[in-house]
Amino acid sequence: MEERPYHSVRLAKELCKGCTNCLKHCPTEAIRVRGGRAHILDTHCIDCGECIRVCENHAKVAVTDPLSMIKEFKYAIALPAPTLYGQFRGLTNPEYVIEALRCVGFADVYEVARGADIVTRAIREKLKQPDLPKPLISSACPAVVRLIQVRFPDLLDNVIDIRQPMEVAATIAKAEFVKKNNCAPEDVGCFFITPCPAKMTAIRRPLGQKKSAVDGAISILEMYGQLLPYVEKMMRDPSFQPATKYGVAWSTSDGEANAVCPGNSLSVDGINNVIRVLEEVENYKLTDLTYFEGNACLGGCVGGPLTFENNYVAKNTIRQMVNQMPEIHPDRDVPTSLLNKYPTKNDEEILPRDAIKLDENMAEAMKKMMRMNEIIERLPGYDCGSCGSPTCRTFAEDIVRGYCTEMDCVHIMRDKLKIMAQQMLEIAQTERS
Amino acid sequence: MEPMYTGSYQVAKDDYTSAGHASADIKRQLKQIGVSGDVLRRVAVASYEVELNLVIHSLGGELTLNVYPDCVQLVSSDTGPGIPDLAMAMKEGYSTANETARSMGFGAGMGLPNMKRNADEFNIESTVGVGTTITMGFHLR
Repeated sequence: MEERPYHSVRLAKELCKGCTNCLKHCPTEAIRVRGGRAHILDTHCIDCGECIRVCENHAKVAVTDPLSMIKEFKYAIALPAPTLYGQFRGLTNPEYVIEALRCVGFADVYEVARGADIVTRAIREKLKQPDLPKPLISSACPAVVRLIQVRFPDLLDNVIDIRQPMEVAATIAKAEFVKKNNCAPEDVGCFFITPCPAKMTAIRRPLGQKKSAVDGAISILEMYGQLLPYVEKMMRDPSFQPATKYGVAWSTSDGEANAVCPGNSLSVDGINNVIRVLEEVENYKLTDLTYFEGNACLGGCVGGPLTFENNYVAKNTIRQMVNQMPEIHPDRDVPTSLLNKYPTKNDEEILPRDAIKLDENMAEAMKKMMRMNEIIERLPGYDCGSCGSPTCRTFAEDIVRGYCTEMDCVHIMRDKLKIMAQQMLEIAQTERS
Repeated sequence: MEPMYTGSYQVAKDDYTSAGHASADIKRQLKQIGVSGDVLRRVAVASYEVELNLVIHSLGGELTLNVYPDCVQLVSSDTGPGIPDLAMAMKEGYSTANETARSMGFGAGMGLPNMKRNADEFNIESTVGVGTTITMGFHLR
């Protein structure tokens, strides 16, 4: 049975002025302005958060869980995205952030960078198999996986069937905590500290997994202010078993590809750049490539819409930190026993979410396409967005799908009015003579 | 038989800035119609190759997409100059691309062979001084 769609990216109705900023910037044309405010199309939205970035009125929001939610569990484990480390300028060691997380109320901390280390090994094992589709596409950025579901369904076979680092981290964190403290699993909640809404959606509606191992997601924006005073005090916990520099670098573009397949991989950041390259993959133009890492956000996860620090500064902070960390690859640091102990593979197929087809019946779709082309001929081609659709082409599509009429185009309306005014004038003059 | 859907694109000689637009649009339209999988991807490859051929080699021409109930058809027809030796032109690695095309990474001599490999049906007719017509068919299912 189809689950009800869930999206972390939402509209704050009272703040929306019905302008065209988000409309014009949505990479999947998932927004329409109707009745003076924006609407997000469930079928098209991939929760990338581009609209959050461009909305001047802050009417696009990401719904994440409040920090207070950790009180719902007897024990809360923080799963910090490595991007969190990049928020603190001059940070030399992730351990300060980890200690700070304990100070704000988490019973334990498990680095998602450590999850990335384990996922790195799992992917490297996978890459040893023969006859893999080329290139294999990273599944780490949920916005990119959803983009593929919606716009490149034929590439789903290329998406690697390995879980996201936060999922692997949550599974291990919970299991180890339960064992160590001899408590009930339901007393333990795992909270991802997230740079983006796409991960929040991936927890509520997992990709490739029946159920997420993560219990909630708290935005980096919310955590930053809480953690800052503690991080500044620079406390240390010497007993901590940290992630490798490779796992930490997953937070920036190319970090994953460099860990997984440094020889023959491609990393692309920014959702529109990812779309351009996926078009090439779809046209079999990159079949000599082994691994493709796509990040919806510029710079990688450090560019997430829910981060505090400028993405370039955060990237630099991560780089400086990583440069000082010891040169140990997950191949050496993650034992095979650990890899075999916890699941890293998806337990569900990722299905297409086809939002492109005009009609399930191909003959009907062709008729609609013909009509669409006729309508496009009549439209001015300004792509102004005044009708509420992002381009004249999508407007024509919306008409054939039955969502609006040609009169919603202000330019067509104006031309019609001119003719009507002319006719009225003629009528008036006829009566006078 | 009349196609159920048809769309055509004018492709200009040496217009490298728009090269690829027609084939990208063809792929988008086919996706909206509901063509997917291997057929879609083979049409995408072949339409790109044939579009580039029009830009690089022809004096300009037209690329037409026809969709029939059981087949997608691509027809490229140009206004010259025509191919003097078709057998040679079909050989892998043989190219008559000029310096401009080569400087942009084209001219590997794989265009026509690639089209033939990706299409289920491939027909080429050429008359020097008149033009070339390439017809490709891709079976649906």
